[in-house]
Amino acid sequence: MKLTSLWSTFRASRNFKWVVLAAIVISGSLLLLLPFITSNTYVLHIMISIGLYSVLALSLNLVTGFAGQLSFCHIAFYGIGAYTGALLMLRLNVSFWIAMFAGAFMAAIFGFLLGLPTLRLRGDYLAIVTLGFGEIVRLVFVNESWLTRGPLGLPGVPAPVLFGYRFSGRVPYYYLILVVFLITWFIMRRLTVSGIGLAMLSVKSDEIAAESVGIRPVKYKLMAFVISAAIAGWVGTFYASYIAFVSPDTFMYTDSITVLAMVILGGLGSLPGAVVGATVLTLIPELLRAINEYRMVLYGLLMIVMMIFRPDGFWGMRYRVKNAYKKTIRRVKDD
Amino acid sequence: MLEIHELHVKYGVIPALHGISLSVKEGEMVSLIGANGAGKSTTLRAISGIVRPTEGYITLCGQEITSMGAHKIAGLGVAHVPEGRGVFPNLTVMENLSLGAYLRKNKLEIAEDAEWVFEVFPRIYERKKQLAGTLSGGELQMLAIARAMMARPRLLLLDEPSMGLSPILVEEVFRMVCELNHDRGVTILLVEQNARMALTVSDRAYVMETGEIVASGVSQELMQRDEIRRAYLGA
Repeated sequence: MKLTSLWSTFRASRNFKWVVLAAIVISGSLLLLLPFITSNTYVLHIMISIGLYSVLALSLNLVTGFAGQLSFCHIAFYGIGAYTGALLMLRLNVSFWIAMFAGAFMAAIFGFLLGLPTLRLRGDYLAIVTLGFGEIVRLVFVNESWLTRGPLGLPGVPAPVLFGYRFSGRVPYYYLILVVFLITWFIMRRLTVSGIGLAMLSVKSDEIAAESVGIRPVKYKLMAFVISAAIAGWVGTFYASYIAFVSPDTFMYTDSITVLAMVILGGLGSLPGAVVGATVLTLIPELLRAINEYRMVLYGLLMIVMMIFRPDGFWGMRYRVKNAYKKTIRRVKDD
Repeated sequence: MLEIHELHVKYGVIPALHGISLSVKEGEMVSLIGANGAGKSTTLRAISGIVRPTEGYITLCGQEITSMGAHKIAGLGVAHVPEGRGVFPNLTVMENLSLGAYLRKNKLEIAEDAEWVFEVFPRIYERKKQLAGTLSGGELQMLAIARAMMARPRLLLLDEPSMGLSPILVEEVFRMVCELNHDRGVTILLVEQNARMALTVSDRAYVMETGEIVASGVSQELMQRDEIRRAYLGA
């Protein structure tokens, strides 16, 4: 109790803004300079994974956190992007930068196609359809071996070339994912404070009420699916090039569930929450490597404890309550 | 402003409305009274496009809206405050109000209306940062009406605003509804079980029984009729 009141006085104080600003500047410059601080490839790899999963969690957050549609197939869009990008680069020698957008585009098309029939379903039924879709995508990767080489996967996905410089080692990929992350963050931020986010939240809350204030739920659900799939496909191509290899077992439904867990753990409908969730759930398995066999037990325990003590996630409602209302009716007198 | 002609609505095979006709003129407050299951709420749902009529038509200012989508009808200036209030429990009071003004573009007017709504409902202002789900019944009702007002509607459909409220709050809510009608010139179609209250505040009224309109007229006159007094006013 004491701690929370301390926190709220600190929040209200004039210094709060500066402390937050300082924290952002310091952590931002740390992120920028990280490759100069450490050249440890393991650390960089973990950071790249965190970036990658943050992007996935942010995009899934739009569908599940904002539009309220439970989706178990986010990794399928990621896989579609990865395969599309890899095939274009390997078979047609397309540049990575173009392949990245082709991956996003292809995933968006599938996001739209999946969105259409599922708009009539909700809750559990939608979850089952998305689960099925995710498995179908994986099975296509496994069985259409004339295109995907089946379980053998596609090795030797080329690295990106930027102004004659060919990416090698972790550092350039680290900066690339940082840029991808920032772009995703920016898109999500614009979407969610622009009223589109509020409209999506209202669809999540009550579709009939949403319709009676003039919102078309179908439009916002489809929009969420398409944008979220496009971003997942985009970062999928990044993954293909970073690992230089794609195979069907990277895109299992368990990974979709991990991403969903990141979103829920971080806090549905919160951007920083999605990043916190992605960071925590990427770090925990790494930190617990020492007790390998009990890893999943602890992981499960964490989920249960969170659901009991912080059902809102690490960074849930508070963030949204603070931001969304100021933006829409800004001029209203504020005490 | 609103014309309903021979409207039939069925839920599956069960008929709810057997051809009702009614009209509401600009600036009027009209009430629809009747017992449970008379089809009052269904009438409102049909107007706002939540249920589809099987026969008959509805026009709003001469434009047919019978088979339009609910979001389009909302865009024409019809605000529906459903029974059980229909606010978004997981969103804050402020967000609920913002959504009320969702279809409007003029930020300045929205802000003006927000200030006005806060003047009419000071309680809502106190609760602006709270989640709507944490409000009390009376506050929820006020929020639902406030949200509908944020749309600056031409026609307000109110479904049982007195439901579940204490007598003092019922008075308060009705006082506000009258204010909306008189001072703001909002046309109101009111559905109510509390017939005495509804007849006192409205200009005209329709009495419904099992999907049909059985009586209609000026509210004051209806209140004097014996059969209405016996059936609905308990006198």
